[in-house]
Amino acid sequence: MADAHTAHSGESHGSVGSYLTGFVIAVLLTVAAFGLVMAHSFSPAGTAIAIAVLAAVQVVVHLVFFLHMNGSSEQRWNNMAFIFTVLAVAILIAGTVFIMHDTAINMMSR
Amino acid sequence: MAHDMTADAAHAHDEHHESPVVFGFWLYLMTDCLIFGTLFAVFAVMRNQFAGGPTGKEIFDLSGVGVETAILLLSSITYGFGMISAHQNKVGTMRTWLAVTFLLGLGFLFMEIREFSHMVAEGNGPDRSAFLSAFFTLVGTHGLHVTCGLLWMAVVMVQSMGKTVLSERMINKLTCLSLFWHFLDIVWICVFTFVYLMSVI
Repeated sequence: MADAHTAHSGESHGSVGSYLTGFVIAVLLTVAAFGLVMAHSFSPAGTAIAIAVLAAVQVVVHLVFFLHMNGSSEQRWNNMAFIFTVLAVAILIAGTVFIMHDTAINMMSR
Repeated sequence: MAHDMTADAAHAHDEHHESPVVFGFWLYLMTDCLIFGTLFAVFAVMRNQFAGGPTGKEIFDLSGVGVETAILLLSSITYGFGMISAHQNKVGTMRTWLAVTFLLGLGFLFMEIREFSHMVAEGNGPDRSAFLSAFFTLVGTHGLHVTCGLLWMAVVMVQSMGKTVLSERMINKLTCLSLFWHFLDIVWICVFTFVYLMSVI
């Protein structure tokens, strides 16, 4: 029983190894993002796109290694709620930026 | 005997399925995600409305933000180690890791408050421009969440005092707090990328 318990906690609650893996990847991605901005090696637009991609990848790394998200059936409703939230937030942010940008142009405030 | 068997089966069942408490807390985190989504949307709209005030490039100190990021990242993994100890019923080790996490969180908060007070002292408070209002609201809300997380962590550490075995209830509490703490780290990734780094480019 005790063995089964430790084996189980190794899988779905994360192990020292999985936390360290996630941590190392997260550090590399963070350093890359700060490095890109401080080095000024790309054009501003290129840097912006690059660090946005790095952030998206790092969010996924944190979700998998620290919040233990996976595609298993027991996590189905967690994942459903998550997908719905991501969709809602995407509509919220993209919609707000689009509408306010359009308003600013039509009112010639910029 | 038959009773024992069902109790055992129920226990095994519990271990393989996530507690409804944790799922409920997950749903709360999703609503929290919407709050931050809204604040990020506001910041995206206001980020160039300086009203003659300073731009992000002039007032943000990237090395400070780098240290804050490092502290928060480190606190994520120390909490993770605490969770591993909790699942192995090593209560003392768990409390030590939580204490380390608590101190790191406190360090983060200290740096953030220092940054904010510097900005306000130089006349660049939230009342200076729409950009700064959006900045203080977004980053301040994150800081408030970190403060709540620290209070919660202190409560859990006190509740675990003198215990040698952690109850299912206690494990659920620790699991919820771990989700909360890691979630705040994810929000911070978006903050340092879209608020600090994007403003400095």
